[in-house]
Amino acid sequence: MTLILENVTKRFGEHTAVDNLSLTIPEKEMFGFLGGNGAGKTTTFRMILGLLDKSEGKISWNNEQINYGKSNLIGYLPEERGLYPKLKVREQIIYLGRLRGMEKAEIVSELEKWLERFKVPEYMDKKVEELSKGNQQKIQFISAVIHKPKLLILDEPFSGLDPVNVEMLKEAVLDVKESGTSIVFSSHQMDHVEEMCEHLCILQKGRPVVQGALREIKRSFGKKNLIVHADESLEFLKAFPGVVNYKKVMDGCKLQIEDEAVSQEIFQALQGKGFIRKFELEEPSLNDIFIEKVGASYE
Amino acid sequence: MNKFWIIFAHTYLDKIKSKTFIITTALFVLLVIGSVNIQNITSLFSDESKDQVAVIDSSEVLFPPLKAGVESADDSLELIAFDGTEEDVKTAVQNEKYESALTIALNNEGIPEANYYASDITNTGMQQTILDQLQQLKVGLAIEQAGFDEAMISSINAPVTFNTIALDEGAKTIEEMFQAQGVVYIMVFLMYIVVIMYGTMIATDVATEKSSRVMEILISSASPITHMFAKIIGIALVGLTQIGIIIAVAVSAVSSQKDELVGGVLDMFGFLDTPTSLIIYGVLFFLLGYLLYATLAAMLGSLVNRSEEANQAITPLIMLIAVAFLIAMFGLSSPESPLITVTSFIPFFAPMVMLLRIGMLDVAIWEIAISIGILIATIIILGLIGARVYKGGVLMYGSAKPLKNMMKAIQLSKKEK
Repeated sequence: MTLILENVTKRFGEHTAVDNLSLTIPEKEMFGFLGGNGAGKTTTFRMILGLLDKSEGKISWNNEQINYGKSNLIGYLPEERGLYPKLKVREQIIYLGRLRGMEKAEIVSELEKWLERFKVPEYMDKKVEELSKGNQQKIQFISAVIHKPKLLILDEPFSGLDPVNVEMLKEAVLDVKESGTSIVFSSHQMDHVEEMCEHLCILQKGRPVVQGALREIKRSFGKKNLIVHADESLEFLKAFPGVVNYKKVMDGCKLQIEDEAVSQEIFQALQGKGFIRKFELEEPSLNDIFIEKVGASYE
Repeated sequence: MNKFWIIFAHTYLDKIKSKTFIITTALFVLLVIGSVNIQNITSLFSDESKDQVAVIDSSEVLFPPLKAGVESADDSLELIAFDGTEEDVKTAVQNEKYESALTIALNNEGIPEANYYASDITNTGMQQTILDQLQQLKVGLAIEQAGFDEAMISSINAPVTFNTIALDEGAKTIEEMFQAQGVVYIMVFLMYIVVIMYGTMIATDVATEKSSRVMEILISSASPITHMFAKIIGIALVGLTQIGIIIAVAVSAVSSQKDELVGGVLDMFGFLDTPTSLIIYGVLFFLLGYLLYATLAAMLGSLVNRSEEANQAITPLIMLIAVAFLIAMFGLSSPESPLITVTSFIPFFAPMVMLLRIGMLDVAIWEIAISIGILIATIIILGLIGARVYKGGVLMYGSAKPLKNMMKAIQLSKKEK
C-alpha cells in the first residue's frame, strides 16, 4: 500500500500552491511533512484525499487512484479541528464512524477503549462544546483512527496541546503505526518529525527542498555540530578553517563544521588551551537542516 | 449509496429530535386546532345577547319595515321602539342600556332623515347595515311618491338574470373556478412557507457544518454531492413529517365536527371536493419546487462561513420565491394573462404558477409536461452546478461575498485538465 505522488502540481489561478511534487510514502511508515505556513502541506493532503483536484500529475495508492470507494481505509485529522459542537461525543463518533463504514456496536466498543486510554471515559456523554481544546483534540483524533485506517493523514496533530497531551497523543500515533497503518503528518515542530518519522519532506512555497529518509538526509547534509565547553575563551574558533557557524552558549560554544575531520583539527588546537569540560560531536538536527534549506527567515 | 442513507438518517433524526422542530410543530398543531374551532372560540367570548338599537320614529311608518330589514340583514341586531325624548335615549345609550340610538323622521318631501347616536362610532358595520336598509326604504318611498304602483316597484327591484357560461369545452364552471381558487391559494401559500422555512434550515445547516469545520471530515468520508443531496432529501422528509402531522391533526379535527363546518371555512376554500388530479399535480409541483429551491439553498449556504450569515446568503432565494408568490397571487384573479402563461414555464416560478393554471384553467397536457420537463432539467443543472460550488465552497473560508465566492468555488473544484 505505497502512496506515490508523481509530478503533482496545484494551481489556484495565478498562484501555484504545490509545484511539481513527487513523493513515495512507503507502507507502514511514518512520513513527515515540514514547511512554514502556506508551504502547501494542507493543499497536498487535500489532493491526496481527493478533496481538491490536482492541476497536473498523478497520485496513486497501491497503484490505484484514491476515490470515495476507498474512504473507509483512510483516516483524516484536518488542521482546522471540526466536530459538531452540540453533539455528544458518543453520537458524534458513531456518526463519523458509520460514515467510514463501521457498525454501531463496534464503534462504541472501540470508542470506550480509546477514551479509557486517554483517561477520559467520562466524556462519553458530554457535548463537544463542553470539552477543553486539548480534549476536543483527543476526540478528533479518535474520529480519525477509530476505523483502523490503512492510511492516516494528520495535519498538525500536536498544535495547541500541552506537553502532557502531546506525549499522550504521540504514543497513540506510534501505536497506530505499529498496528500497520501508513501515516503522513505535517508539523511546524521539527522535533516531532525528527523523533517519529522515517521519511520526510520539507516544502517551501510548494516546492520540495529536501526529501528522503531522515538518516540519509542527515548524512548527506555533511555538516556536523560540535559542542565545546571550556573555561577559557573559545573566540579563536570563529575564524578556524572549516567552521561554518559559531554560536556562543553559556559555558562555551556551539559550532557548525563542514565535516567530521574538522572536529579532529579543533581537538588538536584545543590542546593546552585550558580545561575542556565538554567536547561533543553531534549529528545535525532537523532544525539546522531546515534553517539552512528554507532560510533563517522562517518563524 | 450506503453513506447517503447514513447522512440522510442522521440529518433527519437530528432535526426531528431538535427543540425547534418540536416547538414549531406544536405551534402549528395548535393553530390548526384553533382555526378549525374558530366558531366555537369566538362564540365563547361573544355574549349571546343581541345588540339593541333604540329607535324613536316620529314618522310612525318607518319603524316596522326598517326593523324587519335590519334584523334580517344582521341577526345580531335588534331594533326596539323607544318611548321617550331624544335626550332620554342619549342618556340611555351613555348608560350602556342600548348599544346605540336612532331617531328617524320624514322631512317635508316625505324622504326619511335619521340621526345616529352611539358612545363611540367605531362600530361602522352596524351603522352601515342601518344606513343600507334606510337607503332602500328611501328608494322605495321615493318611487312610490313618483306614482309607480307596488308591482312596478318590485319589478324594478328584481335582480337581473346573469348566467356565466364558459364556451370552451372542458373550461371550468364558475363554481369550479372559485373552488380551485381556494385550493390553489392554500397550496401556493403552503409552498411559500415551506420553501422559506426549510430553505433556511438547509442553508443554516450547511453553514453550521462549515463553520464548525466538521465539513472537511464529512466530505473526506463521502462525496460532497452525496452529502448535499442526502441533506436536502433528509430535510425534505423532516418537512413532510411536519406537514403530515399537521394535516393528520387537521383532518381529524375537521372530521370530528364536519357538520358545523360545512358552509363555513371549508366551503370558502373549496376543500370538500377537490379533484384528485389537482391534488396529485399539487404534490408533484410541491416536491419539484422544494427540490429546486433546496438545491439553491444548499449551494448558497456552502458559500458563507458562519451560520449567522446563512440568512443573508439566501436573500436572493427569498426574493425569488416572493416574486413567484406575488405572480401567483396576481394570477388568481386573471389566470389567462400572458404574464401567467409565460411564467408558468420559468422554472423558479413554474411550481406555483403552473399549478395555478392547472387549477383554474383547462391546460393542455403537453404544456404541463413541458413545464415539468423544464423544471426537472433545471433541478439537474442546478444540482450539478450546486455540487460544484458546494465542493469548492465548503473548503473555502474568507470574506462573505457570495457572487465572487461562487466563482471562486467553481474555480476551486475545477479540473484543469
